[in-house]
Amino acid sequence: MATTYFTEDHEWLRVEGGIATVGITDYAQEQLGDLVFVELPATGKKLAKGDTAVVVESVKAASDVYAPVDGEITEANGTLSSDPSLVNSAATGAGWLWKMKLADESQLAGLMDEAAYKAHIG
Amino acid sequence: MTGDDTKHLPLEDIHVAAGARFGAFAGWSMPLTYPAGVMKEHLHTREHAGLFDISHMKLFEVSGPEAVAMLNRACPLDAGALEVSQSKLSFFLNEAGGILDDLIVTRLGDIRFMVVANAGNAVADEKHLRALAADFDAKVEPLDRVFLAIQGPEAWAALSRAGIETGSLLFMHGVEPRQNWFMSRSGYTGEDGFEIGLPEADARDLVAKLLGDERVLWIGLAARDSLRLEAGLCLHGQDITPETDPASAGLMWAIPKEIRATGAFIGADALRAAVERGPAQKRVGLKPDGRQPVRAGAALFDVDGNPAGHVTSGGFGPSAGHPVAMGYVATPLGKPGTRVFADVRGTRIPVDINSLPFTPHRYRKG
Repeated sequence: MATTYFTEDHEWLRVEGGIATVGITDYAQEQLGDLVFVELPATGKKLAKGDTAVVVESVKAASDVYAPVDGEITEANGTLSSDPSLVNSAATGAGWLWKMKLADESQLAGLMDEAAYKAHIG
Repeated sequence: MTGDDTKHLPLEDIHVAAGARFGAFAGWSMPLTYPAGVMKEHLHTREHAGLFDISHMKLFEVSGPEAVAMLNRACPLDAGALEVSQSKLSFFLNEAGGILDDLIVTRLGDIRFMVVANAGNAVADEKHLRALAADFDAKVEPLDRVFLAIQGPEAWAALSRAGIETGSLLFMHGVEPRQNWFMSRSGYTGEDGFEIGLPEADARDLVAKLLGDERVLWIGLAARDSLRLEAGLCLHGQDITPETDPASAGLMWAIPKEIRATGAFIGADALRAAVERGPAQKRVGLKPDGRQPVRAGAALFDVDGNPAGHVTSGGFGPSAGHPVAMGYVATPLGKPGTRVFADVRGTRIPVDINSLPFTPHRYRKG
């Protein structure tokens, strides 16, 4: 059964069997506005918590999306190459950004659950 | 907030009620987007009519027996040659020929002119104008107005339904249709449209009428930027600065031939020298290959990897359907179709020099 976590940087992680699917929250996509390009990471890339994993580009600006935990990219959401607007229309579903194999599951303890995240964005 | 000098639009409450998201621009809290979002706002403007609150921009009335002489000194302009109601793009230049601001000058009467200046330069412009006015029998009056732009193919029809007839007004002309109103057929989108300076009470009334028309939508600063970039129009502070002169900016068309040769405007000698030398760099349109936008500040390289220039504005063009950008390249590379490369976070993105505008202008010229 998957557990969903949230970060202060407005990302969500759905963790199941040591793999996290990561995306940005609905709140984040609203702040960014219409996305026109997503720069996706290569499979196999190793990331430390805080490294830039993905760059999402709106009409106006480019924004980094950081790795919320240490791990290795196992898959990037290639659909976004042709349809970056999926991040706007389905931020927590079809608009996921990447999947990563967790290097240290204990890092998840530092993240928020949905209730805490909702309190965080007010 | 204490110590916050951010300026607020007189109609801010209307924007809040419309669901605007605000951001800082040139010292102002400005609506960036409305709930429709930048993409829809942009496309709506090109298809119907977009309403913009541009009250951050400043209107100055310059008047007096020597108003013409003063403006001819302030700008590379033949103010006396303007017909009443005719508008012209011009500049304040520094002694080095660099662009302090770009402005629209409209002749309102024999000895009265309207000068519309950019928000970010309004304070400096006023100081500049007042200093000049001291040498002439002329007066500078900053006007306290709400300034609205309505842009797009249905702008005239929406204004007509709101009780404002624009029929005979042509592109780059401006009139005073009512007391303390200034209305010009101009804009910053490449579309037919109007800019209207008017008192706040009148503005509230006009906005209510316009928003009652399904063809009209509020448009934020984000779409204003993508619209003007597609239209190849410069943003002062980015595409033109005090370090760029009108020759390298490709804006010499705004300066009449006789004025180039003999005008006594500030910066004349430096500009003549720059024209004679030929500009080392040239402002061009840039079309990135693929979907990835190339943003302001990105360095440009030629095919051999030599520095070739830089990007001054960049983003995505919703009407063009691809990323669009503007920047400066070494003059020999300035021909449309020439390939250069932009450095985006360490990756070299192929970019082709593209003629401007990206989206054809649709002005009402006659």
